Amino acid sequence: MLVIAPAFADPVSANQATFRAVMDAFARPGSVRALTAAELAPPPPLSRGAAAVALALLDYETPVWLDTRLAAERSIADWLRFHTGAPLIVEPGRAAFAFIDDAARMPPFEAFSLGSEEYPDRSTTLVIRVDGFGTTAPLTLTGPGIAGRREFSFAPAPADFPARLIANRALFPRGVDLLFVADEAAAALPRSTRLIERA
Amino acid sequence: MNAPAYNFAYLDEQTKRMIRRAILKGIAIPGYQVPFASREMPMPYGWGTGGVQVTAAILGPGDTLKVIDQGADDTTNAVSIRQLFAKTAGVCTTTHTAEATVIQTRHRIPETKLGEDQVLVYQVPIPEPLRFLEPRETETRQMHAHADYGLMHVKLYEDIARHGHISTSYAYPVKVDGRYVMDPSPTPKFDNPKMNDCAALQLFGAGREKRIYAIPPHTTVVSLDFEDHPFEASRTQASCELCGADDSYLDEVITDDRGGRMFVCSDTDYCEARREARP
Repeated sequence: MLVIAPAFADPVSANQATFRAVMDAFARPGSVRALTAAELAPPPPLSRGAAAVALALLDYETPVWLDTRLAAERSIADWLRFHTGAPLIVEPGRAAFAFIDDAARMPPFEAFSLGSEEYPDRSTTLVIRVDGFGTTAPLTLTGPGIAGRREFSFAPAPADFPARLIANRALFPRGVDLLFVADEAAAALPRSTRLIERA
Repeated sequence: MNAPAYNFAYLDEQTKRMIRRAILKGIAIPGYQVPFASREMPMPYGWGTGGVQVTAAILGPGDTLKVIDQGADDTTNAVSIRQLFAKTAGVCTTTHTAEATVIQTRHRIPETKLGEDQVLVYQVPIPEPLRFLEPRETETRQMHAHADYGLMHVKLYEDIARHGHISTSYAYPVKVDGRYVMDPSPTPKFDNPKMNDCAALQLFGAGREKRIYAIPPHTTVVSLDFEDHPFEASRTQASCELCGADDSYLDEVITDDRGGRMFVCSDTDYCEARREARP
């Protein structure tokens, strides 16, 4: 028999709390926000934080792409389909959201939807699982949502991440938006954020 | 009909998710107008249906809500919207700017400086700053795509040619983070400088026109102008007759039918606080 782990007992307030944390993360790029997801037990390797984000933002209007690790676990697809109704797709270029478990080996950003000059909002939001924040050499960020500069790091990260970020910013207003989630925390790098390169 | 029959904050959950996704894209692309599937609300278009939908999508049980209409907490539109959320969301409401976590506004930015933990939600009638210059949506979309904003400068130049100065006094166009030209909603241009490097998140909702846009905190917001005709945040050269403020935006109130009039603060909370603080 198919057994699907439950979602939040009080979805209205839990989804609102998750959204506000994600909104604050987008509004203040690189700042780490607390997520309340202790109640969730999604099928591994889907993290509790990523599961909370999925419940807050996905529905029948949002095609979702899963990376190889998440797609390999059938119970994750079952859990997402049952709780959100989101269509799971295999072409990353059509995804509204992409869930990535293996951050170090994530596909190039160009594989996803970057939006158009006319409709830059029609781009993919990447939800990337991380182990934690602030444990490795930081990137220095500036741009909307940042008073002056802010330092930010996450692990694990792909080796070419700074170059990817610069290339993504160069496409502005096109580009992908990045949401990093640990089990109980989230941080974002929307496409508007600029990387200050070290001298 | 009784309140408990409604979902928290009136809107259903799928509508909130759709609006929340639009808000996130709006924040990621500061000043860009994100289309959204605006719903019919229990109030007419033009009364703040866009602002109400944005507020409903972000509001949580721990929020304290303030609603102002032209700066005032006690006008019909402000009272009705405040009551809508007090009834359907059970949130605390306040008239004090500093106590609020979410402030919904029609046509003013509070005089009191906003803080990091606040969100300002604007009600927007016509979100497209180029609409009166170019009525076709297909064309204005191309103009935004190419950052082709020469027409707006021509409009401001024509103001100068005709009146000797830029006569646009409200809904004065701004450029957000050096990219998108944006309509700040019909706020007086006196308020424009408050949008620049504002500590609070600013969200804009246009219900009839079905657009949401945003200015993240600490974003550069520049009012369009010319080197020889710089932007000026104008106000009536008078003091408030109730609190004596000479730095606030003033409303002119007609007091009789013989030409009598007085100037008072448009921001009622600012004015009341100043009067209470007086010995």
